[in-house]
Amino acid sequence: MRPLSSPLSRATLLFAFLLGLLLPSPTQAQQAVRADTLYPMTGDGPIVDGVVLIEGSTIAEVGPASEVDVPSGATVHEATVATPGLIDPRGTVGVSGLENVPADQDQLDTSAPIQPSLRAIDAYNPREDLVRFVRQLGITTVHTGHAPGALVSGQTATFSTTGGTVAQSLKDSLTTVAFTLGPDAQMRFESPGTRSKGVAMLRQELHDAQAAMDDEGPTTDLGQATLQKVLRGDVPALVTAHRAHDIQAALRLQEEFGFDLILDGASEAYLVAEEIAAADVPVILHPTMTRPSGTNQNAAFTTAATLHEAGVPVAIQSGWEPYVPKTRVVLYEAAIAVANGLPRRAALASITRVPAQVLGLENIGTLAPGQTADLALFDGDPFEYTSHVCTVLSAGDVVSDECK
Amino acid sequence: MRPRLCFAFAVALCLCVALPAQAQEQPHVFRNATLYPISAEPIENGTMVVQGGTIQAVGPTGAVEVPDDAVEHNAAGKVIMPGLVDTHSHIGQVSGGDGSAAMHPDVRTIDAINVRHPSIDRARAGGITTVQTLSGSGHLMSGQTTFLKLRDGNTVADLNACDDRPIEACGGMKMANGTNPQRESGPFPQTRGHAAAMVRQQFVQAQEYQRKKQQAESAAEMPDRDLRMEGLVDVLEGERTVHFHTHRHDDVLTAIRLSEEFDFDLVLHHVSEGWKVAEEIAAADVPASIIVLDAPGGKPEADELIYRTGRVLNQAGVDVAYHTDDPITDSRLFLRQPAIGVRAGMSRSAALESVTLAGARMLGLADDTGSLDEGKDADFIVLSGDPLSVYTKIEETWVEGQSVFDRSNPEDRDFATGGYRVYDDAIQHVHE
Repeated sequence: MRPLSSPLSRATLLFAFLLGLLLPSPTQAQQAVRADTLYPMTGDGPIVDGVVLIEGSTIAEVGPASEVDVPSGATVHEATVATPGLIDPRGTVGVSGLENVPADQDQLDTSAPIQPSLRAIDAYNPREDLVRFVRQLGITTVHTGHAPGALVSGQTATFSTTGGTVAQSLKDSLTTVAFTLGPDAQMRFESPGTRSKGVAMLRQELHDAQAAMDDEGPTTDLGQATLQKVLRGDVPALVTAHRAHDIQAALRLQEEFGFDLILDGASEAYLVAEEIAAADVPVILHPTMTRPSGTNQNAAFTTAATLHEAGVPVAIQSGWEPYVPKTRVVLYEAAIAVANGLPRRAALASITRVPAQVLGLENIGTLAPGQTADLALFDGDPFEYTSHVCTVLSAGDVVSDECK
Repeated sequence: MRPRLCFAFAVALCLCVALPAQAQEQPHVFRNATLYPISAEPIENGTMVVQGGTIQAVGPTGAVEVPDDAVEHNAAGKVIMPGLVDTHSHIGQVSGGDGSAAMHPDVRTIDAINVRHPSIDRARAGGITTVQTLSGSGHLMSGQTTFLKLRDGNTVADLNACDDRPIEACGGMKMANGTNPQRESGPFPQTRGHAAAMVRQQFVQAQEYQRKKQQAESAAEMPDRDLRMEGLVDVLEGERTVHFHTHRHDDVLTAIRLSEEFDFDLVLHHVSEGWKVAEEIAAADVPASIIVLDAPGGKPEADELIYRTGRVLNQAGVDVAYHTDDPITDSRLFLRQPAIGVRAGMSRSAALESVTLAGARMLGLADDTGSLDEGKDADFIVLSGDPLSVYTKIEETWVEGQSVFDRSNPEDRDFATGGYRVYDDAIQHVHE
């Protein structure tokens, strides 16, 4: 800040300071959420009759109603259950639109099989109807961008589901680089035509990027610069691999190049759960209700539970849908995982805390002092078909207040 | 094998096959269940007796006479409701017409259905006992549909859902409008106007064919047998109901307009924007078989598909069924559809009826299935709890008194949960 230049300015400042003490600042408006059951997702169990006190866009206090003093004048939102705002750990909403016509489908460019330079921020449409749709179902953050379907389809980014411009919505401009292994990376290209060729092409590309890191001066190749961020460990590789042998190829690449790996999709992960756990690799699992066909042919409703039991961090994604429904809803996908053995808190974590940790997203995914005030308020068990998401708060703003 | 032994073996085999399985079947009694008869109010502590493939008695426990030799099933804590009726599904690798024409009234889905396909086991795991298998929506008229009972069987005829006619006649006719049957090239319409004109022209020809047949006084005067025309005459004569894929509100009304012009029986399918024309659908007295998708879109005409369509249509007085459209939604999760209907304000009773009795009415099978009533087929499911709860498991599926899915059997449970090669091994799967 520049030094103040005159006594008048100092007096003005003093006056403003005193006024500030007397009048509540509009940016620090106080709100509270009071829920019969509150899931802070900080590691402790749920709080019965819990309160989240919000100041402006930030959480100030979390605890049982008996211990949190809600100032008179604060707006109070009541709910049966409250959770952190939900995070879609891997989808395409905003990059892929509802109409499913060429003009709104920017999730995959098939001009080349390896395109790490493609940025999600240059395609994301924050006003897309699908973004609004998932927001009213409690999803306050989407990790979205380039879809599976190419060896390297491009970058992903993370956005708030609120905001009218990319800049207003943006939480993280480069969250991962999206890779795909196996037949899903082959069908749209002349080459690779086999699994082995695909891995060979990726290894060469990564070796070239590594070699260029030793050169003097930064590379002028935008794709190579992006891969170097992966190789340096600045950005994780999000590798879509469904069949067990494709998952093993992903683990092999990770071991060879030492990058941070997040397994994506992973429908046969239950066959190699021990190997995934031993490699200390998190999984952003396919939507539980994914259709059992193609490379997903052996998908099981029980995989999230199996991975959780093996000690693998599990997030559950909306994924990529080429037809109907145009997006899946992670709340519903987690519900089916609960019905098939995933413990309730692990299921809530799979769409709140775990994706925040896995994707390196700060200030979201849990309810604790200092965290962004993103919350989803329910009128019953969040996973039950007949419950509703009735209020959604995004950075302290009520962005939906109709029961959906 | 020597000829004589072979003959004896064949006779024995014949006896086994020819004798109806139900003939010697012991009665089964399910006691202490919460019963949802659908045709009546739920019974808190109910008992149901089945024998010979049919329901013998349903009522409060204690008020139902139970035969001494009945096989006992203690269903305390369980819910029993009718087997689910899925009015729109593509299980069994069903296919219809090809790209050679936009209308295929002569093409029969029975000539394509693979009853050993694992999708049929997935449907049994989802509690579905009766299903309409249809060809796709990429044609104005893609073929003759088939109604199946998901009993164990080796042939499509074994799964015939109609007890009064052969499998060839047990079905409807699939039609579609809107964008799916429109194509840029080939013998397909490019516009809605052209689509409706093509359909009308075909029906006008069929009326002429029908007139010639009716007026023929001898075999010589009969028109040459034209299978395409015969399929359409079936529709004109009410032998086949038209099951009409339609999404946009104006396309819904076009389907109704065609049905009124040619006086055919109509069931609307999908009806994504039906909520905009609920009064008109009700006034036309046309039932609606609808789908819930988790999110709208995927194509422009589904961009206003919403959860409350079932409630709005039901409240307008339209008979509403839900369907899976498997593989669009998974047969194992059929009960999600009425549950999401309830989420959007539909009554529980209407929602439960929508996947049972309402569907049976739309297929003309309501005399046989769709409710727990004395004399009806013993098609029912045993659930671990509230049918509309995500936590509830379908534990058993019974078709005509025979168990076709039992979750306590690990092999059957795999069909419910999926897993490694569950659905391709299943091609060889035979129920014991």
